[in-house]
Amino acid sequence: MAVAALKNDTLSPDRQVLFDYAVMLGDTALIHGQRLSEWTSHAPTVELDIALGNQALDLIGQARMFLEYAGKVEEAGRDEDALAFLRDGFDFRNLLIVELPNGDFGHTMARQFIMGVYSSLLYEALSASQDDQLAGIAKKAVKEQRYHARHGGEWLVRLGDGTEESHARAQRGLDELWPYTHELFTTDPVESAAAELGFGVDPSGLRAEWDGLVDDVLARAGLSRPEDDWQPDGGKRGEHTENLGYILAELQFLQRAYPGAEW
Amino acid sequence: MNETTRDVVELGQWFDAYVADEKKIEPKDWMPDAYRKTLVRQISQHAHSEVIGMQPEGNWITRAPTLRRKAGLLAKVQDEAGHGLYLYSAAETLGVSRGQMDDGLLSGKDKYSSIFNYPTPTWADIGAIGWLVDGAAITNQIPLCRCSYGPYARAMIRVCKEESFHQRQGYEIMLRLSHGTAEQKRMAQDALNRWWWPAVMMFGPSDKDSAHSAQSMAWRIKRVSNDDLRQRFVDMTVKQADYLGLTMPDPDLKWNEERGHYDIGEIDWSDFWKVVKGNGPCNRQRLAHRQKAHDDGEWVRDAALAHANKRVARATRDAA
Ligand SMILES: [Fe+2]
Ligand SMILES: [Fe+2]
Repeated sequence: MAVAALKNDTLSPDRQVLFDYAVMLGDTALIHGQRLSEWTSHAPTVELDIALGNQALDLIGQARMFLEYAGKVEEAGRDEDALAFLRDGFDFRNLLIVELPNGDFGHTMARQFIMGVYSSLLYEALSASQDDQLAGIAKKAVKEQRYHARHGGEWLVRLGDGTEESHARAQRGLDELWPYTHELFTTDPVESAAAELGFGVDPSGLRAEWDGLVDDVLARAGLSRPEDDWQPDGGKRGEHTENLGYILAELQFLQRAYPGAEW
Repeated sequence: MNETTRDVVELGQWFDAYVADEKKIEPKDWMPDAYRKTLVRQISQHAHSEVIGMQPEGNWITRAPTLRRKAGLLAKVQDEAGHGLYLYSAAETLGVSRGQMDDGLLSGKDKYSSIFNYPTPTWADIGAIGWLVDGAAITNQIPLCRCSYGPYARAMIRVCKEESFHQRQGYEIMLRLSHGTAEQKRMAQDALNRWWWPAVMMFGPSDKDSAHSAQSMAWRIKRVSNDDLRQRFVDMTVKQADYLGLTMPDPDLKWNEERGHYDIGEIDWSDFWKVVKGNGPCNRQRLAHRQKAHDDGEWVRDAALAHANKRVARATRDAA
């Protein structure tokens, strides 16, 4: 059972769901963007450095829009930075898959592909949200995520087909990440409430299409779909891997070391 | 090609007149070997600087203090990588390959700007680099937009637009820090203290001590002398530092009424040469970092090539 979050008690239950839902989307984008930005200056080519940096930039941009909006909904004076830099791990609601270390380039491309396909489907559905703000953010984000899916998918095909080593590395990345893909499609109470209220998406409905798109690229890449055995989850309710604490230590360092300063 | 001595002399005269007339040399035009060599050296060195320059600033991306700053810094570092690519392509038009240039950088044969061999221990370094290093780079590069070699001049026009945005972004970081808490102001002053002299040295030795300056000026590659460029930078930057309320780390800095310029103290060139020769605080780290990214990426580049070859083979087989 997750610890109860600190709440603005005056917020109506519906607004609380909207806040939690926007935070959930913002956190996944933020932690993913943070991880991806670690590639800067380490990529296999300068061209890839630019491509990965652009994708990190997209994710940070999405995180800013969701978190800024969450802050407005909450009406407790928190902006995107207060939410990003001044919460502890158990209040983060990101998917576990985005907090895992980057691994090698094959591992990173597998994650970009998995998350790109998932987020494209999610944001496509969210574009029809009855909440104009969420719909607007989703419409912008869906284009970006389709690019991440395409870029990641093309690289999985190259690596899967390329050399014995690249095939093995891509397969290993996929195998390591696979257990964490199940959480993408679990329905948290916040998500089911948001879906019922007409502004959110129940992600369990995205599974079939995701499976089809993923299987198609895996077939082209000559990679095999891993077994569905271990299925860790918890990110959506604030139960994280040990990685998140280190990510936050780095992310939040300046805000924590110099409380109240403006940057 | 079989050129007689007379042809070369005539071509040389044509070339000198052509550049003196402010016309642009394009890749297919005849050019003296030494001109080509000078440009290859200068442009590839410039490209390497952009790529190595990603490291000191990349160092703060994961720790940027706000999401807006994080996005701004990520975008800036992407721009620098993009500058590296434009410049590598400009150099390729002179007949040198990207692989040769990569080898030149990794083997230590080629140089890159020494400024990137200094560390970025605090967030204020990100402000100071944008303000001072990009500021000095623009001062250097604006005249290069009029360089006689067309592809380089055009690359510089694109680069300069982005550099001036970087410079403003850096200055804005410094402004926020220097008008912030006492701790932030101290951080800003510390960064200025460490970056000022290296930035002043970015313009290179005085022209009278610079081996290549005179020839480059005659070829219209270089348009303004090192000392004049340095003076422009100093005059502009001293006023900006005043506005920040920060103190320049130079007790001899003063306005010279007669010259209409600021005078600065004696530059310690021994420090400059130490860093150029490989013994700055981060020379080894920067090259090792680049080498590791290159080595770690080898299997990826091999895979892309193998896949491309297999596709061609499959297409040929299917067509047969
Ligand atoms: Fe640049
Ligand atoms: Fe720049």
